[in-house]
Amino acid sequence: MAIEHADVLRAAHLARLGLDEGDATHYLDDLGRILEMVDQLQSLDTEGVTPMAHPLDATQRLRADEVTETDQRDHFQQCAPAVENGLYLVPRVVE
Amino acid sequence: MHDKTLTELATGLSAGEFSSRELTQELLGRIDRLDGRLNSFISVTAKPALSAADRADATRADGQAGPLNGLPLALKDIFCTRGVRTSCGSRMLDNFVAPYDATIVEKLSEAGTVSLGKTNMDEFAMGSSNENSFYGPVKNPWDPSAVPGGSSGGSAAAVAAGLVPAAMGTDTGGSIRQPAAFCGITGLKPTYGRVSRYGMIAYASSLDQAGPMARSAADCALLLGAMAGHDGRDSTSVARGVPDYQSELDAPLNGLKIGLPVEYFGDGLDPAVEAAVREAVQVYESLGATVREVSLPHTHYAIPAYYVIAPAEASSNLSRFDGVRFGHRCEAPTDLIDLYKRSRAEGFGDEVKRRILIGTHTLSEGFFDAYYKKAQQVRRLIRQDFLDAFEEVDVLMGPASPTPAFDLGANKDPVSMYLQDIYTIAVNLAGIPGISVPAGFAGNRPVGLQILGTHFAEAQLLGVAHQFQQNTDWHLRRPAFAEESA
Amino acid sequence: MQWETVIGLEVHVQLATRSKIFSGASTAFGAEPNSQACAVDLGLPGVLPVLNESAVAMAVQFGLGVNAEIPEVSVFDRKNYFYADLPKGYQTSQMYQPIVEAGEVEISLEDGSTRHIRVHHAHLEEDAGKSLHEDLHGMTGIDLNRAGTPLLEIVSEPDMRSAKEAAAYLKAIHSIVTYLGISDGNMAEGSMRCDVNVSVRPRGQEAFGTRAEIKNVNSFRFVERAIEFEVERQIELIEDGGEVVQETRLYDPEADETRSMRTKEEANDYRYFPCPDLLPVVLDQAYVDHLRANLPELPADKRARFQHELGLSAYDAGVLSASRAMAEYFERVRNTCGDAKQAANWVQGELSGALNREGLTIDDSPVSAEQLGLLITRVLDDTINGKAAKDVFQAMWQGEGGNADNSADTLIEAKGLKQVTDSGAIEAMIDQVIAESPAQVAQYRDAEPEKRGKMIGYFVGQVMKASRGTANPQQVNGLLKEKLDALC
Repeated sequence: MAIEHADVLRAAHLARLGLDEGDATHYLDDLGRILEMVDQLQSLDTEGVTPMAHPLDATQRLRADEVTETDQRDHFQQCAPAVENGLYLVPRVVE
Repeated sequence: MHDKTLTELATGLSAGEFSSRELTQELLGRIDRLDGRLNSFISVTAKPALSAADRADATRADGQAGPLNGLPLALKDIFCTRGVRTSCGSRMLDNFVAPYDATIVEKLSEAGTVSLGKTNMDEFAMGSSNENSFYGPVKNPWDPSAVPGGSSGGSAAAVAAGLVPAAMGTDTGGSIRQPAAFCGITGLKPTYGRVSRYGMIAYASSLDQAGPMARSAADCALLLGAMAGHDGRDSTSVARGVPDYQSELDAPLNGLKIGLPVEYFGDGLDPAVEAAVREAVQVYESLGATVREVSLPHTHYAIPAYYVIAPAEASSNLSRFDGVRFGHRCEAPTDLIDLYKRSRAEGFGDEVKRRILIGTHTLSEGFFDAYYKKAQQVRRLIRQDFLDAFEEVDVLMGPASPTPAFDLGANKDPVSMYLQDIYTIAVNLAGIPGISVPAGFAGNRPVGLQILGTHFAEAQLLGVAHQFQQNTDWHLRRPAFAEESA
Repeated sequence: MQWETVIGLEVHVQLATRSKIFSGASTAFGAEPNSQACAVDLGLPGVLPVLNESAVAMAVQFGLGVNAEIPEVSVFDRKNYFYADLPKGYQTSQMYQPIVEAGEVEISLEDGSTRHIRVHHAHLEEDAGKSLHEDLHGMTGIDLNRAGTPLLEIVSEPDMRSAKEAAAYLKAIHSIVTYLGISDGNMAEGSMRCDVNVSVRPRGQEAFGTRAEIKNVNSFRFVERAIEFEVERQIELIEDGGEVVQETRLYDPEADETRSMRTKEEANDYRYFPCPDLLPVVLDQAYVDHLRANLPELPADKRARFQHELGLSAYDAGVLSASRAMAEYFERVRNTCGDAKQAANWVQGELSGALNREGLTIDDSPVSAEQLGLLITRVLDDTINGKAAKDVFQAMWQGEGGNADNSADTLIEAKGLKQVTDSGAIEAMIDQVIAESPAQVAQYRDAEPEKRGKMIGYFVGQVMKASRGTANPQQVNGLLKEKLDALC
């Protein structure tokens, strides 16, 4: 399945990666060859094979419903780029 | 002291030949003097290392020392370490001082080990050469014009160069085994779920697994015992007892059934690598093992399947790096979208962007079934290949990589770089354990023998590897780099 | 043209777990910003989710409560999108294999009739944080305390045909989740939020019209109003030759209108895929059976029982079963006094009136069910009359008479409200009233016999006054009639 310039821009937008036209052209070439390699999968008949998401057939273990965490806000916000009054700051979001 | 194995150092420490502080100081000195040439560390944590060494010495003085007490090691910079920069090889996290410890960091620290620092790696563990690091490439101690492999290239180079006796790596598609092979050390990728992933920065969650990289299988056994085990904070970690990995080291090889996957000896395999691997297999035969060919018919679909699954998971895992709560944030964002797009464009390197784009594209509407679902079906077939093979044989053997370490800058094309992982990637898709052990040289560059076992067969793999090392000395070879600088 | 409205609801219910769905942080409402956002909730590099057992149990209880199929295996998926209050860049949800499959909810309408609305499925997911815009020099502040709170998203089939039905459905969901105790159902605090899909089609047409999704409608009343506005808007649009566009709209309660959210109009592609950090949730039959065996009686069953076993009207049964707290209160009153009808009248009359006046819920009632039950008993056994009972109730409400179950008796005693049933005493009072009212007696005597019945009211009032309200009104009536008629 060929990939087009618009697909790269669309993926970049979905992934919130800033790409200019030049970058997009560069990635289009790489991505095209990667997908060409990936397309070998299409030649394999997988009819009736259950998709496998995890390598072990394990099932989810459940956690007891207990509060185990304490307030570490100041500690966690030490690595934050912008905080005020305990809030993480972002450019104004219009809703 | 710097070229001793972990096991030897443990003996020295317990015999009181030297203290953990002395050992730590000597290695820190070596790192200080020599790592400028290798670039194997991103951060050296001398001060906390010396305090940890003192604590370990005190513990020993109290008679409380466990088997790993006072032993130095290094951590791939993918493991969160409280109070220490945890960069994952990325500009995105260049300013990130982790506020908590990964589970294995906690466990190794509780065992009394001394972390000397954080090792270089391909950015977010995406790469096979360590050339994708924001902190620059790592040199192979055997030949500075060669790559050390990746993504755990810094860990492999540091161990090979005698800067540290062991280092922790992670392996998503071969990132422990291939650099171990390229640098002539022993590296184990455990069964998926054997070692907790909590605090290990995720690349591809269903494939990632941490493991030890050291100078011998016995050293890996010692470390795995301390790392492995169920972790309530990781849903995918397996609730299963941890065996004594040392106990099977001396199990005789008589009657061991070895399978050689025909697909691992085909086109593209370097003849010198093949010769070394076949010679290693003969050593096993001479020790009483039987050898037969087996087939893993879907081998050639492993790389295509991997390059759907891993980038898809990565594209989602890396969304949290958005410049809001941690990590790189662009200057003066005008709005939220601008904040995201510029922070991420500036913070991520080329290969990471490539994989995010691939993963985003293949998960998109209209492509999901053809790519993601298909790759998951193929993944099942690949696992079944291994399960079928392990009905016939005990272990599989083959090369860890089709070539020895290649030259820095040799693989400019991403696809040809990806194809390097042909022998390692299927193992992650199947979730089985694998170990790479030094098995000779191709020219001046080491060759790794890869040994694979079925799920949770680590003890057996370690024993099989250890017996080889009892009968060969490849793992004792040290690069000239280490010697001339000693 | 006759139009038909088609409505489907997506109701998000915050589950009343102590800790979050994937972390051990508290879910308590109203804490300092980000003080309840732990490493997992913040999506710090390297953290991993572990599923809360209570969230699973609550989701299954809901499923059982709407007679849904509980599949053996359910799977968490990631819904990928970037938003300021979504820390990981994805929401962990269930797209392909939800924990609750198809079920149905019985709704009761104002005319007392009931309908079944099909539930398509319900799935577990994590809530996002909150964006705050005040006092941050033009920036937006992000509070992630709510991030990771477990949500059950309940998706209906497009089975509702009017705003009233939609509101009744929402009320039914509200009462089911509060009955089960799996949510506090507090809409003001956002514990229950609702997205409404609305479309119209010409009556008789089978194909659905284009729908608009109205996001985040957060009260029963607003659901009704938003739908009414939206239906009118769509019909007008079509009748004026326009077309409804599929879009997301917001209901503005101030302006009482829905508005297009054009700012978020870009096409989404959530790239759902199974969350690799979580394994399939497998529920064995024994687990489900155990939860089933321990389900409380649910509103629809209670309503039916109140109606058919206790003989309440459909309306009374509906009102009294709407909330579990109300139903339990009513049943305790009824058990104490033994009379369902009287218990229903008092709970819906005096008690509900007093609660509404003070803006209290039944849980905050200063009068306990046992206290009220005894008060009703005292009316039933003629200890006091209805008028005195209302006075006693008011006194109880004010806290007089103490908290004991028998406070009614204490108050009756203290206030001397005990009904006088001694006919001698009543006769004496009657004789005195007759003696003091010659003019009225004369009028009575001169009146046509059929008009006398009305005129007796005056004498009753005087006797009651003389007894300070304690005389038994029926007795007074009877004796008065006898005595006055004897004078004629």
